[in-house]
Amino acid sequence: MGQTLTEKIFSARCGSPVRAGEVVMAPVDRAMIHDITGPLAIQKFREMGGTRVADPEGVVILFDHQVPADSIEAAQNHVFMRMFAEEQGIRNLDLREGVCHQVMMEKGYAAPGEIVVGADSHTCMYGAAGAFATGIGSTDMGFAMKFGALYFRVPESTRVEVSGTFPRRVGPKDLILAITGDIGADGAAYRAIEFAGGTIRGMNMAGRMTCCNMAIEMGGKTGLVAPDRVTWQYLAGRREMKPFPLDADPDAVYADRRSYDVSELAPQVAVPHNVDHVVDVGEVAGTPLDQVFIGSCTNGRFEDMQEAAEVLGDRSFSEKVRVIVIPSSRDEYLKALRAGLVERFTVAGALVEAPCCGPCMGGAFGLLAPGEVSLSTSNRNFRGRQGSAEAKVYLCSPATAAASAVRGEITDPREVS
Amino acid sequence: MARKKTVLKSATAMENPPRVWKFGDDIDTDQIIPGRFLTIYDPRELALHAFEGTRDEFARQAKEGDILVAGRNFGCGSSREHAPLALKGAGIRVIVAESFARIFYRNAVNVGLLPLVCRDTSGISDGEEAGVDPGAGVLVAGGRSHPLEEVPRFLQEIVAAGGLVEYARGLEEVTTCRKTTRSR
Repeated sequence: MGQTLTEKIFSARCGSPVRAGEVVMAPVDRAMIHDITGPLAIQKFREMGGTRVADPEGVVILFDHQVPADSIEAAQNHVFMRMFAEEQGIRNLDLREGVCHQVMMEKGYAAPGEIVVGADSHTCMYGAAGAFATGIGSTDMGFAMKFGALYFRVPESTRVEVSGTFPRRVGPKDLILAITGDIGADGAAYRAIEFAGGTIRGMNMAGRMTCCNMAIEMGGKTGLVAPDRVTWQYLAGRREMKPFPLDADPDAVYADRRSYDVSELAPQVAVPHNVDHVVDVGEVAGTPLDQVFIGSCTNGRFEDMQEAAEVLGDRSFSEKVRVIVIPSSRDEYLKALRAGLVERFTVAGALVEAPCCGPCMGGAFGLLAPGEVSLSTSNRNFRGRQGSAEAKVYLCSPATAAASAVRGEITDPREVS
Repeated sequence: MARKKTVLKSATAMENPPRVWKFGDDIDTDQIIPGRFLTIYDPRELALHAFEGTRDEFARQAKEGDILVAGRNFGCGSSREHAPLALKGAGIRVIVAESFARIFYRNAVNVGLLPLVCRDTSGISDGEEAGVDPGAGVLVAGGRSHPLEEVPRFLQEIVAAGGLVEYARGLEEVTTCRKTTRSR
């Protein structure tokens, strides 16, 4: 009986065949904590009697939710984590690099076959690099730091096969929103989602990251893409590692199989207040907007900003909306800067902020007042996610966000020439 | 003096027995504790903001021993452990739901809460007097019994210890890739 990609990874790391449903104490190759979940993880590590982190090389600390510090409390949390990093000899990227998940990928901290944990739910994004990566809470993280290992229930898998070529101005975000709408907010609960098929193979790393990032919105434990030429090319220069074959067996056993064809896919929008409440953009076109956010770990990469800029052209954003653009990392910011995108967005009327989680954190800045409506390229539209519980958040692709920001209302990007 | 206190306490308990706080499907962690309170780590302080903006009376009225009952996918979204801590700070010890989101479930066990699955919570109403007998595996609410599923075996030791911190304190080291049990 064949194995899924997840079973392959756990079997290799454990040195013996492991099946879905088994509970193993598995080694953790890399662990990430940030400024929101980190302080509590450190506290739990100490309460467990921890004095030395098992593998300081394997831990990454950075700040992205409240940077630069937006309150005295946030500043104190940063100080607390800096001290811990220094005491333990842990790599601290501080507030210099950007949104944790983007940084973990671009620094090569997640690679094919590795088991990676992060104290943030969107850690599932590193499956785009062929790693088994999952979000955990602070207490589990305290345990992982103390022992360099953690209990995992090896998950069953959902296989998602995608075929077809994207129509103009439709892309990976529309695909993953459509899949989320189909599978539902708990349709892949406790499972790994394996993305495969020609469309995924033809996707660059940015698109794969967008898809894997949102596995958690279906309840998934992770999202993965088997490493191929695109993956190894991305890792070259980021990580000393010789390419090796890693893929699911053809006769692997899946809990669920789904297939999608993107050839006829329309731009998708998730409407308030559930990520799986997804419609074609036409159904909500004309909805007036107060704020548009282009950024986040889901869609804050150079490719996303390029997609938005292409739709924007030489127009200005509507004066009816506040447009906030936040590159997801320093590298992505520099790419956008050098390509003239920062200037283009700024001239068009947007605020281009330094890399961070921005409004998606729902507490730092860019918050919504009661009754306000936001359109966002991020991953969650929960009630209160971007400020007031009386505000509304819609989710979409960078192309749809840009077209809508130009008109001041939700707009089909295919209608903007 | 001491005696008077005891009498008062039992009188209050009778007038104000543990109740059900009923919630629907897909209750996310942003509702349980909004992002702007995440610099707080103290459970009691977090509890003051539990469900702020979506169900304000919870923070004011929830008390020790009350039981939170929900539908499907309770605790979806963020990995913030602030969510189970806020509920713990409010006095909740047991959460009963038709299903739980994965990270929340494990966080709840880790901080010493008891998340229990009940296949169908539709017959349980908000405000009903309630109690749980984990040993017998039932939730009694409004005089009716509702069967509960067992916590997966590999987590039972953590539950028994009172949380992962208490469990881990006794461990010097762990053996990696020790296969424990097959969970259900």
